Amino acid sequence: MFSYELTDKKLIVRLEGEIDHHSVYSARERIDELLFELRPQVLMFDLSGTSFMDSSGLGLILGRYRKCTQLGIEVVLSSLNPHTKKLVATAGIEKFIKIINDGHTQDAV
Amino acid sequence: MRKDRKLINEARLRFKGISLNESFARICVSGFVIGTAGSMGISVTAEELADIKTAVSEAVTNCIVHGYKEMQGDVSLLLRFFSDGELYIQISDMGCGIEDVEKARMPLYTTDPDSDRCGMGFSIMESFMTKLKVSSKPGKGTRVTMVKQLFGRR
Repeated sequence: MFSYELTDKKLIVRLEGEIDHHSVYSARERIDELLFELRPQVLMFDLSGTSFMDSSGLGLILGRYRKCTQLGIEVVLSSLNPHTKKLVATAGIEKFIKIINDGHTQDAV
Repeated sequence: MRKDRKLINEARLRFKGISLNESFARICVSGFVIGTAGSMGISVTAEELADIKTAVSEAVTNCIVHGYKEMQGDVSLLLRFFSDGELYIQISDMGCGIEDVEKARMPLYTTDPDSDRCGMGFSIMESFMTKLKVSSKPGKGTRVTMVKQLFGRR
């Protein structure tokens, strides 16, 4: 349910398809491993391919955010659709996580 | 309840409380809503459908993660669609129940802060649906009742 790429110390994690309690299970550990292995400066969650998300997806993002804060890694959310935007707003995440490419293109940070 | 409205459609479903069935529950509810609204000549917006799917996902996940604490048990789903555009959803488990429902409904409250649960489940159900009621008996189970007013008298 996710793919990733590392460019210029930026780890881009693309969350694909339906992100719920069932699908976050395997992604969580793998993303944590990548953070420790690759030591990026920025972790970007690309939600352009996310067709559905619930609070388990928010939990995945917030959990990584907590880890990244300890490791000195910046977390960014990119390419939200109206549904993920509403979810993120309900949880108030935009108060502490930077959101870019809000709805449209996928340019670099 | 208004006297002039009729029950258009009703469905009951009982499935194993495993995480695989979270998407199954969402698909069932989507199909029920799209099909029933369609039969009445009304289309449901993408936003309304996403709201309903999210709320259902939260409620079913709660049954699995909190009600049964990853043990086995069934989740029951009752769906009703009324002529005035009201969608009624009841999702229940026979799990451990909630000691303090008021506390559980508070935003950011979670029983397990270390496992990446963000404590937003009930808040999301509440803000994405028109009405939310939670009734629970410790040791007996929890029932979540949600209403979404889809069209008509909002």
